Amino acid sequence: MSSLIRKEYDIPANDFSRAGEASSNVRKLLTQLGVNPTIIKRTSIAMYEAELNAVIHGNGGKARVEIFEDRIEILVYDEGPGIADIELAMQEGYSTAPDYIREMGFGAGMGLSNIKKNSDKFVIESELNKGTRVYITIYLY
Amino acid sequence: MAEYFHSVTLEKEKCRGCTNCIKHCPTEAIRVRNGKAMIINERCIDCGECIRVCPYHAKKAVTDPLSVMNEYEFRVALPAPSLYGQFGKEYSRERILKGLTELGFDWVFEVARAAEIVSDATRHILKSGKVRKPLISSACPAVVRLIQVRFPNLINNILKLESPMEVAARIAKQTVVSEKNIPAEKVGVFFISPCAAKVTSVKAPYEKKESSVNGVFSIKDIHIKLMEKMKNIPPDCDCELVSSGAYGVGWAGSGGECAALERPKTLAVHGIHNVIAIFEEIVEEKLKDVDFVEALSCIEGCLGGPLTAVNPFVAKTNLKCQVNRAKSKDFSSENTAADYQDLLWTKDMEYKPILKLDENVMKAMIKMQKLEEINDGLPGLDCGACGSPNCRALAEDIVRGLAFETDCIFKLREKVSDLADQMKAFEHIYRTKQDGSGRGKTNDG
Repeated sequence: MSSLIRKEYDIPANDFSRAGEASSNVRKLLTQLGVNPTIIKRTSIAMYEAELNAVIHGNGGKARVEIFEDRIEILVYDEGPGIADIELAMQEGYSTAPDYIREMGFGAGMGLSNIKKNSDKFVIESELNKGTRVYITIYLY
Repeated sequence: MAEYFHSVTLEKEKCRGCTNCIKHCPTEAIRVRNGKAMIINERCIDCGECIRVCPYHAKKAVTDPLSVMNEYEFRVALPAPSLYGQFGKEYSRERILKGLTELGFDWVFEVARAAEIVSDATRHILKSGKVRKPLISSACPAVVRLIQVRFPNLINNILKLESPMEVAARIAKQTVVSEKNIPAEKVGVFFISPCAAKVTSVKAPYEKKESSVNGVFSIKDIHIKLMEKMKNIPPDCDCELVSSGAYGVGWAGSGGECAALERPKTLAVHGIHNVIAIFEEIVEEKLKDVDFVEALSCIEGCLGGPLTAVNPFVAKTNLKCQVNRAKSKDFSSENTAADYQDLLWTKDMEYKPILKLDENVMKAMIKMQKLEEINDGLPGLDCGACGSPNCRALAEDIVRGLAFETDCIFKLREKVSDLADQMKAFEHIYRTKQDGSGRGKTNDG
């Protein structure tokens, strides 16, 4: 079954002021669809974290959002340096963010675990020097 | 009471159908149709942005006429703290409060004092730790309604305490009833308001069944009259009506409520569009380490209310003077959290999903598909000439059956030029045919 609504967003590199633009847009979309507010909240948090990762670590990237009858599928992908050890990256508190980013209040090492916590299905694929792809699925019911 | 009461209304004759109000409305609640603005009732939060931006003064706030005072035997004025910012430093708070009694009020109870009570209750609530953080102030009714229609996830973050206005009204009435022995129905308490949203919250409250306030007057309506009365009152007069300290007076401006909480992790935001930006950060859990958010719809808080008389920045300077002059910080109390039970809301707030395209999610998705398709075809200039605030809103209106694609002047122009092309083509065929038959005739002849 193909998606009913499909949107693509650019995620600019190193621009914190624009990080969250895509997730904010998706939130508006879901609100107009009348999706349950709790599900909207989970979606926007998961997507925002993924977006932020692409900004901080991936030199920017793209987000593709598809809405189906029963679920939302989000793919956030970048062509950045990739993750050497995904298991380690998933650990709460582990972060490779540089100091200046931590000083801004980002890079606390909670991003990936936060995405996992808020999504129903979460898959991450990464290859060194090629980039990272984060797949998030959230069911509407 | 009708389902929706709004203080903000349109004076149709004055409206020229420009795009100022539709472009500034934070909930996209206004459209221009047939050359006149119209407010979509269920979307309006009475913030008063449109009153401020309308160059023809076609938007106004309905307040009560001063004559409603005549319906009561004993009349109490409840001045909003912002009233103090309307006068220069030669007008002390004593002078202002005394002036109010000359305007026909039998007594004055400062809303600033009630604000201090609300602040004390808030301090207890924050200390208890049993709240969802950040706690969001409920002092501004426009902001509370904004949450109700646009931020359902923040409803549980609202500080569900009555506003200083309501607290003041209740205390004032109780005091008069018990001290003067006058029946409650003969006591009229009147709020002197900087804004329209307060009028709405009295006529159609969301936090309880019925407001304790009997009428709302606008600061604008009494400003000049009060100035006149104050002329005859010496600047250094004494006045036993002063009951609030610096904290209560400070509530009038942005940051005042935060200051009264005496906590480090607070945030004060003012201006409805800035409030929206902060709320988005809270929803996405970007805002960390903040316990309390003071959010006021108007720039510079209530001092910038659409019903105030002087420039908000001038008022801010005036207010600073009043704050510095206050004799105490705030009222001293040994109250505990239990003493504030009666301040809690007695009604809970429900989410009003005004943006929903359809009751049924599946149908909403089909409408959304169509909306996206229409939106892609629109010029994206957001000019507002169609009467909707932006291209996307027009696409939404079309999907909802409230507008047509040709309401967009660019779409209309395309259509007209297509038609012209078709006409030309048709004319060409017609001419060729006529020429052809004409020649035929000549040949025949």
